[in-house]
Amino acid sequence: MITSLVEGVRPRTLIGLLVLLMLLLGAPFVAGDYLLTVLILFLYFAYVGQAWNIMMGFAGQLSLGHALYVGLGAYTAAALFVHFGVGPWLGLLAAVPIAAAAGAFVGFLAFRFRIAGVYFAILTIAVAEFARIGFEHLTWTGATAGLFLPVAQYAHNDLWNLRGHPVMFYYVLLGATALAFIACRAMLQSRVGYFWLAIREDEQAARAVGIDTFRYKMIAVMISAGMAAFAGVIYAFYYNNLFPEQVFNISQSILIVLAPFVGGLGTLFGPILGAFVLEMVAESMRVLLQWLGVDLPGTNQLFFGVVLLLVVIALPEGVWPWLRGRIGMEQKP
Amino acid sequence: MSILLRISAVSKRFRGLVAVDRVSLDVPEHSIFAVIGPNGAGKTTLFNIIAGAFPPDAGTVIFAGQRIDGLSSDQICRRGVGRTFQIVRPFPALSVEDNVLVGALLHRSPTAARAHSHEILRRLDLYARRAQRASELTLPDRKRLELARALATDPKLLLLDEVMAGLRPSEADRLVETLKELNRERGLTILLVEHVMRAVMALATHLLVMHHGATIAEGSPDEVVRNQRVIDSYLGAEAIA
Repeated sequence: MITSLVEGVRPRTLIGLLVLLMLLLGAPFVAGDYLLTVLILFLYFAYVGQAWNIMMGFAGQLSLGHALYVGLGAYTAAALFVHFGVGPWLGLLAAVPIAAAAGAFVGFLAFRFRIAGVYFAILTIAVAEFARIGFEHLTWTGATAGLFLPVAQYAHNDLWNLRGHPVMFYYVLLGATALAFIACRAMLQSRVGYFWLAIREDEQAARAVGIDTFRYKMIAVMISAGMAAFAGVIYAFYYNNLFPEQVFNISQSILIVLAPFVGGLGTLFGPILGAFVLEMVAESMRVLLQWLGVDLPGTNQLFFGVVLLLVVIALPEGVWPWLRGRIGMEQKP
Repeated sequence: MSILLRISAVSKRFRGLVAVDRVSLDVPEHSIFAVIGPNGAGKTTLFNIIAGAFPPDAGTVIFAGQRIDGLSSDQICRRGVGRTFQIVRPFPALSVEDNVLVGALLHRSPTAARAHSHEILRRLDLYARRAQRASELTLPDRKRLELARALATDPKLLLLDEVMAGLRPSEADRLVETLKELNRERGLTILLVEHVMRAVMALATHLLVMHHGATIAEGSPDEVVRNQRVIDSYLGAEAIA
């Protein structure tokens, strides 16, 4: 099992990954509260970007509505906790299937009726918007007034109920990001991964070699949605409040897309690197502006926009495909 | 010899145009069956009906004893029919090896599929190029890659849509040799739609000529090219001179 995980990985790449993991494991010991918050955001977007990348980067299906799956995960786990005292890990057992079912619904509508490309992207936006409006009227989850998790001071971290210090959330997200990375690599090395790439490259040719494209696209959207739901659960328990207007907002879906796009679509390391670049650039710019005495709202979005533009112009395949060639981590032929 | 593919009175119209008009043909097992005819004769439409790109309006297609008309193209491939495209469509961003691997994975585990792809790549002289991106290949190599990918799915019947088009005579001859070998050594049945008469005459054991959607002649290649209707409508007198 372990040997098959690292099979075909260059020693250099493996060492690089281990060093990175060590750095990330040690980061909370040196980072202050503020930097820790930034790192949590980085891991959150790395993880959820990895989930999104399965659909777009691997199977070639552009989803611009991933806030739907994150939001469903968040609301399911939070509502179960608030109303029935069900902890987040048990809540996952409901949150993941619900999000996967929503993914299956979107996928079935689109793939059954051959809605593809831009029209598929619009459908994903539409369903997410539909969910937003629905949750704004759902009083059981607080409607527009929001759903709040009880907040108290905790003497110690309660991992079982995800109540405690941000450091705990940091490590949970780090674990999730690492697991998602490994899971995505395993999928890419298996039959399903190759079939996804074939569908992404040329769907008609994929059918001609016997691939049931409907089935494999459904698998992609359901896994991607289910993984995104876990990010939603963390989101709910980290922020302790949920508003449909925020959670299901299209800007959330766009933020999810940015990291893999900047890092490199379809690459395993792209979402992680992209999230890092975006968070670090945005934060250093914010610090710089603060130092200059400028205080403008919305600067993050502005910098995200600038980074995105630069990547589109200079590195259309993303930062990672360019970087890995420079540091000798080109994939083995 | 048993019949691997039987097409009975298949018709297809596109709005007013009758593209294929009650065409019937029997492809014996282990044969190389060529369908020729002028542009617009309905060859590619017939080809697409067999491959499952669209269903026929009337008639039946029976492959290995079972009806396949109306099945989707992936189902037909899983039954054992491999195809190439007239305008090649490899998976451009994937390596040559991975292109073939995708086909091999249809009936094999990843490890067995890789070994099988290597074997096919060697046979089609693509092994040295296996790490290249498919988009970097020249046209002749891309055509071989299409063939390799189709072969990797273990077809009993291989459908080739103008696989010789755009190849130089020497390249076409090489491909003819490869196809003959596959037919001889593995008993692979081949149905090809082709314009290059030189390749057709070198390959085909059976020949069918279509014109305006209908069959005008059928038989062994030597018989068919001497058929007066075929000469008038397609070949022209100088072709057999």
